[in-house]
Amino acid sequence: MKALFYIIIFVAIAVACWQFVKLLGLTKVQDATATPRENNINGWLMLGLMGFLYGLMLYSMYGGKDVLLPQLSGSEEGYHIDILFKITMTLILVVQFVLQFIIYYFSWKYRGIEGRKALFFADSHKLEFWWTVTPAVVLAGLIIYGLWTWNKVMDSSDAEDPLIIELYAQQFNWNARYAGEDRVLGNANVRFIKGQNIMGVDMTDKNSADDVPLTADPESFVKELHLPKGRKVIFKLRSQDVLHSAYMPYFRAQMNCVPGMVTEMSFTPSVTTEEMREYKDVKAKFEKINELRKEQGKETVEFDYILLCNKICGASHYNMQLKIVVEEEEKFNEWLAKQKTLAQSLN
Amino acid sequence: MSDHHHKETFVTKYIFSQDHKMIAKQYLITGMIMAIIGIFMSMLFRLQLAYPGESFGIIEAFLGRGGEGGVMTPDMYLALVTIHGTIMVFFVLTAGLSGTFSNLLIPLQIGARDMASGFLNMLSYWMFFLSSVVMVISLFVTTGPASAGWTIYPPLSALPQAISGSGMGMTLWLVSMAIFIASSLLGSLNYIVTVLNLRTKGMKMTRLPLTIWAFFVTAIIGVISFPVLLSAALLLLFDRSFGTSFFLSDIFISGEVLHYKGGSPILFEHLFWFLGHPEVYIILLPALGLTSEVIATNSRKPIFGYRAMIGSIIAIAFLSTIVWGHHMFVTGMNPFLGSVFTFTTLLIAIPSAVKAFNYITTLWKGNLQLNPAMMFSIGLVSTFISGGLTGLILGDSALDINVHDTYFVVAHFHLVMGISAMFGMFAGIYHWFPKMYGKMLNKDLGYLHFWLTAISAYGVFFPMHFTGLAGLPRRYYNNTAFPMFDDLLHINQVMTVFAIIGGFAQLIFLANYFFSIYKGPKSPQNPWKSNTLEWTAPVEHLHGNWPGEIPHVHRWAYDYSKTDENGELWGGQDFTPQNIPIREGEEEF
Repeated sequence: MKALFYIIIFVAIAVACWQFVKLLGLTKVQDATATPRENNINGWLMLGLMGFLYGLMLYSMYGGKDVLLPQLSGSEEGYHIDILFKITMTLILVVQFVLQFIIYYFSWKYRGIEGRKALFFADSHKLEFWWTVTPAVVLAGLIIYGLWTWNKVMDSSDAEDPLIIELYAQQFNWNARYAGEDRVLGNANVRFIKGQNIMGVDMTDKNSADDVPLTADPESFVKELHLPKGRKVIFKLRSQDVLHSAYMPYFRAQMNCVPGMVTEMSFTPSVTTEEMREYKDVKAKFEKINELRKEQGKETVEFDYILLCNKICGASHYNMQLKIVVEEEEKFNEWLAKQKTLAQSLN
Repeated sequence: MSDHHHKETFVTKYIFSQDHKMIAKQYLITGMIMAIIGIFMSMLFRLQLAYPGESFGIIEAFLGRGGEGGVMTPDMYLALVTIHGTIMVFFVLTAGLSGTFSNLLIPLQIGARDMASGFLNMLSYWMFFLSSVVMVISLFVTTGPASAGWTIYPPLSALPQAISGSGMGMTLWLVSMAIFIASSLLGSLNYIVTVLNLRTKGMKMTRLPLTIWAFFVTAIIGVISFPVLLSAALLLLFDRSFGTSFFLSDIFISGEVLHYKGGSPILFEHLFWFLGHPEVYIILLPALGLTSEVIATNSRKPIFGYRAMIGSIIAIAFLSTIVWGHHMFVTGMNPFLGSVFTFTTLLIAIPSAVKAFNYITTLWKGNLQLNPAMMFSIGLVSTFISGGLTGLILGDSALDINVHDTYFVVAHFHLVMGISAMFGMFAGIYHWFPKMYGKMLNKDLGYLHFWLTAISAYGVFFPMHFTGLAGLPRRYYNNTAFPMFDDLLHINQVMTVFAIIGGFAQLIFLANYFFSIYKGPKSPQNPWKSNTLEWTAPVEHLHGNWPGEIPHVHRWAYDYSKTDENGELWGGQDFTPQNIPIREGEEEF
C-alpha cells in the first residue's frame, strides 16, 4: 500500500506541474519558432551550460585525481599500458575541450536575431577531405601503437622460467594452485571434485602431486596469493560454475574465467607490496581513506594488492576478493617452500 | 484520387489502428510508460549506491520482499540493473524511439499514404505491446525478475541455482525478448519496403531527408542482427528447459556436477554481441537522423555535407556489424582476433567524427532558433562527443583490459548512447509533437526540462568516469567490501543527487506532454518553417495523409536561406519546401 502512496505523490507532483503550465498561460498562442528574446536568453544560457560543463570537468579532474589508481603500475606490462593510456587521454581531453567550446560558442554567437540571413553553405570538399583525413591519420597512429602494446602485453611465449599459477573461481571465492616443482599443472575437471579436492584436480595425473594449493595463512586465517617480484607469472584461469573475471587493477590485468575452458593471462610484478605502500599516490589515497574510515568508526587499513571479480556472478559478486602479496623472490621462495603440496594436503 | 472516408469505430481508430500516425503515438506512449519504470528503477539503485545499507521507505514500498526494512537485497539490486538496462535499451530507445519516429515520419516525409503494409505495422505494435506486458509481469514472479545483467550471459542466466532471478523471471525475459524481436523484424521490413517502393514522384534517394536515411539504414541493420539474438535466446531456452549444452559445459554448482558438456558461454557472447553492438547504432542512428533535421531547420541552413552524412551513416552501419568482439577482449579469445576488432572498432571513429564536424559546421553562421527541440539537438552533439571520445580507450584492446566492466564503461555508453539517444528522442518529440497531435507543447516548460536534464545528465555521468578509472567494477551491490573504494562514496552521492534531479525533471516533461495534448494551442500547418513534406499535410489527421494528390518533390530537403545571384532570398523567405518546383534561374543543389 505504501507503493500506492508514493505513486500518488508522484501523480500529485505531475498534476502540480500541470497547474503550473496553466499559470504560464499555456493556452495563449505562442510564436511557433523561438522569439528573439528566447533566442537571446537561451543563447546566453548555452554559454552558462558550457561554464557548468567546464567547471565540472576541471573540478572532477582536480578532485578526481586523488581517487584514481596509482600512476605507478604494479607490473612491467602495465607500464606500457599506462603510456598508451596517457597519450590517448591527452588527445581525448584536447579534442573534448576544443569541440565543446566550439559547440557552445557557436550556439551563443549565432543565436537567432531578427533579420539575420543564415549562410547557405552546403558543402565543401576541402573541409570534408581534411576532417576525414585528420582523424584517419591520428587513428592510424593510435591503432598501430595500441596493437604493439596489445601484443606485448598478451604475448608470454618468450618468458624464461615463468611461474605458472592456476586461478580458480567459484561463487563467491577465489582459489589458486601453483604448478610446483615440475612447473606443470596437473589436469583438472569439475568431475574430479570430491571432499578436500575442491578444485577437481585429477590426482592420477603424474603432474598433480607436487602442485601447491593456496591455503589460509595459519596466523591471519586469510588466503594470500603470493607473487615474486621480477618473474613472469602466467595465470591459467578456470571457473567451476558461472563466468567470473579475474581483475587486478593495480597490475592493469584482467581475464575472464570461463566454465569449460582454460583462459590465460600473464604479467611480471615489478613493485612489491611494501614498495607500493611507500609510493606517494598510494600513501595519499590511503591516508584519505583512513580519515574517512575513522569518521565512520571503522578500523584503519593498509594498501594491499587485490584480486576482484569483475563479471556479474551472483548475489555476492560485490564481495569476491583475494589478497595478493608481491615480495622479493627469495622471500617468495621461502613462503612457497612452507606450503603443503596437493599430495600432502589431500592425505 | 482515392476515397479514404470509410467509417471508423473507436476500436479501429484508437486500438487496432492500421494508420501509421496512430501506431506511432501508440509506440511513443508505450515507450514512455516503460521509460518511467526504467528510470524509476535507476533512482532506486542510485539510492543504494550512494547510501549503502541505509533504510528508505520508498525502497520498502516498491520492492516488497526485495527491500524489507527499506534496504534492498543484493539479488534485488542485480534485478534492478538488469531490468533497467533491458527496458531502456530495447523497450524505450529501440521501440520507443525508432518505432515512434519511423512510423510517423517515413510515410509523411517520403510522400506515401501509409506504410507498405498497415496490417503488419499494427501487428508489429501489438507484439511490442505484448512483449512489454510480459516483461512487466516478470517483475512480479516469486523468485524475482531476471538478474544476470541485461547481457544475460550464461551460465548465470541459465542456472536457477546460480541466482534466483534465473528461474521463472529469466524464462519470461526470454519469451518477452523473442516476441520483441519478432515485432522489431516486422517493423523493420515494413520500413525498408516502404522507403524503397512508396516514395512520391521526384523523391529520389538522394533527395531523402537524413531522417529517412537514418531510419532506412537502421531497419537494415535490425534485420541483419536481431535474428541472431533470437537464435541465441532460443538456444538459451533449450539449455534451460530441455537440457541441451549449447552454452554450458563442466559445471559444478550446489554440491553437484551438472550433466552439461561441450558447450561454450563464449559462443553466447558472440551471438549476443553480434546483435548487441549494432543495437547501439539501431538506437543512435535514428536519434542522429532526427537531430540532422532539427538542426538544419532551426539553423535555417542546409545540413552541411549531405552526401558525406549519408556516407557516414552507411559506413557506421557497415562497420557496426564487424566490431562486436570489442566487448570480448578479455574473454580469452585469440589475441590476434582482438587486434582485428581493435582495428575495425577504431575505424568507426572516422565516420563519427565526420558527423560531429558536419553538425558543428551546420551551426556556423546560422540563424539559430533555440527552441527546445534545437536545444536538445545541440545537447546531443555535445554528449555524443563527450561520450564518443572515451570509445577510443575502450575500443583499444590494450587499454580495455584495465577498464573493462568498470564504471568507465557505464559512463561511456550512457553518455554516447543513452543520453544522446534520449536527447534525440526529446528533440523529435518537441519538433514533431505538432504533427502528432496538432497542438503545440509549452516552450517555457520545454526549456526548463532541457536545462534540468542537461545539467543532471552531465552531473551523473561525467564524474562516473573517475570512479571507473579508480577501478570500481560495475554491478557491485555496494562498494564497502573493498577499502580501496571508500573514497568514492561522496562521488556516488553527488551522482545520485543529480540523478534524482534528472528524474524529477522528466515529470515536467510528462505534465507538459499530456496537458498539451488536450489544452495546448492549435498548431499552425508548418510551425517550424520547415522544408520536408510532412508539413504540407493538413494539421488534422486523415487516413491517407493528404486530402488530394500526394505532392511531388522537386528538390532536396535543405534549401534554407538559399539566395539568388543578387544575394536575395528565393521567394522572399528563408525556406523552400521540397514540393516547390525549381525556379527559373535557380540551380538545384
